[in-house]
Amino acid sequence: MNRIRKSDGGEQRAGRARRFAALVRKESYQIVRDPSSILIAFVLPLILLFLFGYGVSLDTTRTRVGLVVEEVTPLTRDLAASFQASRYFAVVNGNDRREFEDDLVLGRVRGILVIPARFAADHAAGRHPAVQVIVDGSDPNTANFVQNYAQGTVANWERQRFTEGVGRSPAIAAEQRFWFNPELTSRNFLVPGSIAIVMTLVGTLLTSLVVAREWERGTMEAMMATPVSAAELLAGKLLPYFILGLTSMTLCVLLAVFLFGVPFRGSVAALYALSATFLMPALGQGLLISAATKNQFLASQLALITAFLPAFLLSGFLFEINSMPTVIQWITFIVPARYLIPSLQTVFLSGDIWPMFARAIAVMLLIGSVFFALAARSTRKRIG
Amino acid sequence: MTPAPDVAPFVRLTGVTKRFGAPAPALDAVDGTIAGGRITGLVGPDGAGKTTLIRLMTGLMLPDAGTVEVLGYDTRTDPASIQAAIGYMPQRFGLYEDLSVQENLDLYADLRGLPTDERTATFGELLEFTDLKRFTTRLAGKLSGGMKQKLGLACALLRKPRLLLLDEPGVGVDPISRRDLWKMVEDLTAEGIGVVWSTAYLEEAEACDHVFLFNQGRLLFTGRPQDMTERVEDRVFRVSGIEGRRREKLARLLDDEGVVDGVIQGEAIRLVMKAGLEPPSLAGNGAATAWRADVTPPRFEDAFVDMLGGGPGGRSRLAETQRTFAANEGKAVIEARGLTKRFGDFTAADNITFDIPRGQIFGLLGPNGAGKSTTFKMLCGLLKPTAGEGRVAGFDLRRDAAAARNRLGYMAQKFSLYGDLSVTQNLNFFAGVYGLSGAKSRERIELMTEIFDFRPIHDMSAKDLPLGLKQRLALACAVLHEPEVLFLDEPTSGVDPITRREFWTHINGLVEKGVTVLVTTHFMDEAEYCDRISLIYRGRSIALGSPDEMKKRVANRDLPDPTMEDAFIALVQGSEAKEAA
Repeated sequence: MNRIRKSDGGEQRAGRARRFAALVRKESYQIVRDPSSILIAFVLPLILLFLFGYGVSLDTTRTRVGLVVEEVTPLTRDLAASFQASRYFAVVNGNDRREFEDDLVLGRVRGILVIPARFAADHAAGRHPAVQVIVDGSDPNTANFVQNYAQGTVANWERQRFTEGVGRSPAIAAEQRFWFNPELTSRNFLVPGSIAIVMTLVGTLLTSLVVAREWERGTMEAMMATPVSAAELLAGKLLPYFILGLTSMTLCVLLAVFLFGVPFRGSVAALYALSATFLMPALGQGLLISAATKNQFLASQLALITAFLPAFLLSGFLFEINSMPTVIQWITFIVPARYLIPSLQTVFLSGDIWPMFARAIAVMLLIGSVFFALAARSTRKRIG
Repeated sequence: MTPAPDVAPFVRLTGVTKRFGAPAPALDAVDGTIAGGRITGLVGPDGAGKTTLIRLMTGLMLPDAGTVEVLGYDTRTDPASIQAAIGYMPQRFGLYEDLSVQENLDLYADLRGLPTDERTATFGELLEFTDLKRFTTRLAGKLSGGMKQKLGLACALLRKPRLLLLDEPGVGVDPISRRDLWKMVEDLTAEGIGVVWSTAYLEEAEACDHVFLFNQGRLLFTGRPQDMTERVEDRVFRVSGIEGRRREKLARLLDDEGVVDGVIQGEAIRLVMKAGLEPPSLAGNGAATAWRADVTPPRFEDAFVDMLGGGPGGRSRLAETQRTFAANEGKAVIEARGLTKRFGDFTAADNITFDIPRGQIFGLLGPNGAGKSTTFKMLCGLLKPTAGEGRVAGFDLRRDAAAARNRLGYMAQKFSLYGDLSVTQNLNFFAGVYGLSGAKSRERIELMTEIFDFRPIHDMSAKDLPLGLKQRLALACAVLHEPEVLFLDEPTSGVDPITRREFWTHINGLVEKGVTVLVTTHFMDEAEYCDRISLIYRGRSIALGSPDEMKKRVANRDLPDPTMEDAFIALVQGSEAKEAA
């Protein structure tokens, strides 16, 4: 009866190892048998990856614009041809800007390019001629894009005429600054970024759900009334989901490289070092949420709002952190995904830059240890 | 750490107090001892403090004041030693539903540190004991309620605990499994194991060796159940041979000064009298009356109500203010004709047929999962039958479900109130849902507030109300529109006996006014309040008739006066034997 209590350290260690193994085994059975774990760990990542691989693209190629040439001269015809040849525009020709006004409002064209009647005259007089660009200001991204690319096309055209010896030197030095590197399609950095989102789903959402489920079903209470310790309970939860997170990540990387053709220039070691570290804060946050709520519905809401959305919006994944308001920028410092995403993008697109990785790893470990400390505090062997 | 000496008591409670925010403590200065080798019942309605006390004994919760000593260890300083020596089955058995029977056993064996060389023998013994040998590969989630309960017990028994804590092991499980479990637990006590069994069923209390009776966190009684029932010895009467409407007679008896408590018991009335008083006779003047009052053995519930100061009177102001539904020449108000519902290849309700004439109470009796709620939902028009038809108040449920619903009041299981709305807001909402408006709505809500005494609590959120008040509010919401038909789904499960009596006084009053009532319950006692019942077991109705008929059907020499539970078990076994033949 009292053997385990009187026993020496070796036997206690053996008991601990056996309990831990039993918990890990139980959790693994549950993962394999529960369709919702498979859904979150494998199906959802696939959907996300396909969405970012095929569906969402931040590149805008071939934007439809209306082109109005108010006075046809050899010069304006030449410029118009230059617009038509552009790989950024699908040009619809018209005679009057009013023809396109409705189209612009309805979004059938994204902008109206007007080569004004005085273009040729200005050009002949040596004034810098202007092309009017009318865009829909309610969609600022596209508006900016059309405006910039239109300017770029004009500048190109001027430079080309100059080199061909028919034009004069461009009036202003054409400092060409395209927003998106035409060589680098957005998929190449969206896919690595989405891997961070996937690990957030597994690490935080799934973990918080399964722990909360144990509270709801009363199994947590039954386990706590056995000799198992709180630390064993936590560790028994973490290891399976840690492995599941890495498996899910591996699946995503394989898809990214072999299906989407995203380059992989860094090392596998760096990839796993970064991902494994990222799972620390992700799992810690999941445990903390479930220990605090003990309810699956609340846990999923909290996980979505405090982990999934920040990983999406505040990590630099979709939105540039530098262009956020200062206060929001401060908040991003506690979002672990913000450290992982640039490093992952670097692993994929540039190669290993260890000083950068080391810093990211250090910060993620720091955030992770805070979460773990809080989670351990709230997962005592006590109820109510 | 020194091993605890093997002396009684197993548990010593000293001034144990626990509160959870609310002004009234969940447990208030409880003292007592629990010995080994016997079954100790923690008895009381929901919210009485039973679960809290069990959790305090596991060391998973600490008392705010006082001490809990288990097997010689203080729960404050040495919970690990306690947890190594107890077995605990929480309310939902603590099983992993997506693990098989064997995997659950393995897990708990590892967690409890059962040595590998003892496993084969222990598993074999427990599987034999619980009769689960054939199901070791089945997932726990796919087991019936009774089998889950046995597996839960087996998991708690790995590594022979000295103290076994069972939190409401009998809830919702069919009576046969409950009886099996009881027998198993009794066998354990023979080996010296201490068993703590918490329950809201008072008939279970009678079977315990020793009970702690709780009400609202206070310990009302500790001792042998016989000591409890002795307090009302010779004061309990069974009044039979009643001519005319027995509910009306009961109402009048309850208003008599000498009557402490009274309930309908089949065709008869059960009365608890003040000491030394005989039940008043309500027999007519005719000499040939069959009216008689016989002393009958007291039951735990009689003593409990007596201890709480007696039940409420027999007047129902709710019924008095209710319109009367005239008799309709014996035509059925509720009809079920071959109602069948299949979910995939599972038949939840199989060819259920019955009818209920005006002004009667009809009960669907059976364990959880038997198909009561499915039948119920089909009759409310909430679920479309796969086959068969149902009529409520003359409306065919296939075509006029909405019209039928307007005529019925529905009180759902666990009193589905809007927890975040106040009492008044709930009443307003349900008045609106049932199509009351303007002056009529105000008048009815005002009336309910007065009858049920909601004024002091009108501002409280429904979720913060004690169970008894919740149930009152749910009833008020269901009868706001003076329905012709009342559907009650497990209406009094877990509430204290006084509240239950109040509730049935109202229902009895309404029935006297011609309201027709359909009630589902797994509470065997409650079935006695019905005019007729249908026993539902595994989707089928295995018996239909009045409670007295059912009891008579199974009575024999060994069991001359069977309880409703005895009748249920015998009828289920009879139907299974017939099937096997």
